[in-house]
Amino acid sequence: MIAQRAGTTALRRLAGHPNAFFTANVAKFGVAKPLSTSQARPGVQTEKISNSEAASLLAAQRLRRPVSPHLAIYDKGQTWFGNSILTRFTGGVLSGSLYAFAAAYLAAPYLGWHLESASLVAAFGALPVAAKVGLKTLAAWPFAFHVVSGTRYLIYDLGIGFARKTVIKTEWYILGTSIVGALGLVLFL
Amino acid sequence: MAALRSSASRLVVGAASRPTLRPVAAAAARGMATVSDDKPRLKTFQIYRWNPETPTEKPRMQSYTLDLNKTGPMVLDALIRIKNEQDPTLTFRRSCREGICGSCAMNINGTNTLACLCRIPKDDGADMKIYPLPHTYVVKDLVPDLTHFYKQYKSIKPYLQRDTPAPDGKEYRQTREDRKKLDGLYECILCACCSTSCPSYWWNSEEYLGPAILLQSYRWLVDSRDEKTAERKDALNNSMSLYRCHTILNCTRTCPKGLNPGKAISEIKKSMAF
Repeated sequence: MIAQRAGTTALRRLAGHPNAFFTANVAKFGVAKPLSTSQARPGVQTEKISNSEAASLLAAQRLRRPVSPHLAIYDKGQTWFGNSILTRFTGGVLSGSLYAFAAAYLAAPYLGWHLESASLVAAFGALPVAAKVGLKTLAAWPFAFHVVSGTRYLIYDLGIGFARKTVIKTEWYILGTSIVGALGLVLFL
Repeated sequence: MAALRSSASRLVVGAASRPTLRPVAAAAARGMATVSDDKPRLKTFQIYRWNPETPTEKPRMQSYTLDLNKTGPMVLDALIRIKNEQDPTLTFRRSCREGICGSCAMNINGTNTLACLCRIPKDDGADMKIYPLPHTYVVKDLVPDLTHFYKQYKSIKPYLQRDTPAPDGKEYRQTREDRKKLDGLYECILCACCSTSCPSYWWNSEEYLGPAILLQSYRWLVDSRDEKTAERKDALNNSMSLYRCHTILNCTRTCPKGLNPGKAISEIKKSMAF
């Protein structure tokens, strides 16, 4: 700040001898005085208030403070597409579909659905190849990702792998292995 | 002043408006960047603005354009220059300008860091976006209210607690190995970059202590001279204080001092479990 103060002082001194800067800005600022970094506020008066008044003023201000933006502005790779939340999402998808299937299986006899293994296999076999690959990928990638990433979290619990570079590197490794693993599951299982 | 406040006017402060602070020869002798006659390298900074005096007005982004040829290398240099030359109402905290006070912690281009340690990327044409620390109450513009953060720090009793006097009656000694355990912990400047990068802390800051405070907890837990380790652990042993950490590790990735809050929390969890 000291350097800036010096700058201000220099400017004030220059005000006596108008230079390019000064004349260029007179019109812009509409005032015939040099640009200053101090906040002169004409017409603003301060008043003394008691401690309790100050406290209530602060309380009133605090009630109206906005919360600064968070999910909307933070690095998407560390929030929406971060390893942590993807592990949670894939876990939700896997367990959610298991629950949905189990509930449907329970209800099947009463609703006349056929969810026995044999009929499911027959129905799946009748699908075109593209649909088969698509459906299998839909199940295989979340599974592969959740397994690999979950294993890393187990390793984290041992206190291993916390260096910043390792954290970032392993995220890419996990993405890579989960894709390779999903392809393996889709094509060879 | 009214003219300065309007966000529509994008002032480009040209060469003429830069006061020569010292003789050119002196600047060259000290190897400082000299003002070049090249075409200006303009960079636009979009900065979060909110004024407590008009609380019903929604927070908005205001753009300022600077010529990087005449601006210092760091984001804080740009902010100070904007405040000095374009808009004195822009409000932010700053003090040491060398990363030791932690005042200028803010969210720059999506991650939390100290403005004084964050270089302005030179060659991309993208605007820089500057917000206050995420999910904090805004006092004004880039100034967050850290009252609760400091209260949480106080709650962990961040000081040496002992019942027994020093054996030699002079000072509490520790081995070199024990002293080494404090490296990477004592350097924390409590800038709150890590805590406010943590989604768990965003949603549960009332009860969850957050990475910065837990790193400090660990700093007193591993201190061989402290005798209240059991009580300290006991205070953390509930579902909220410590265990809201889900090892997201945004803290470790964002720390401007290169510390590792995630590792410290993991060590606390380990010491509680085994």
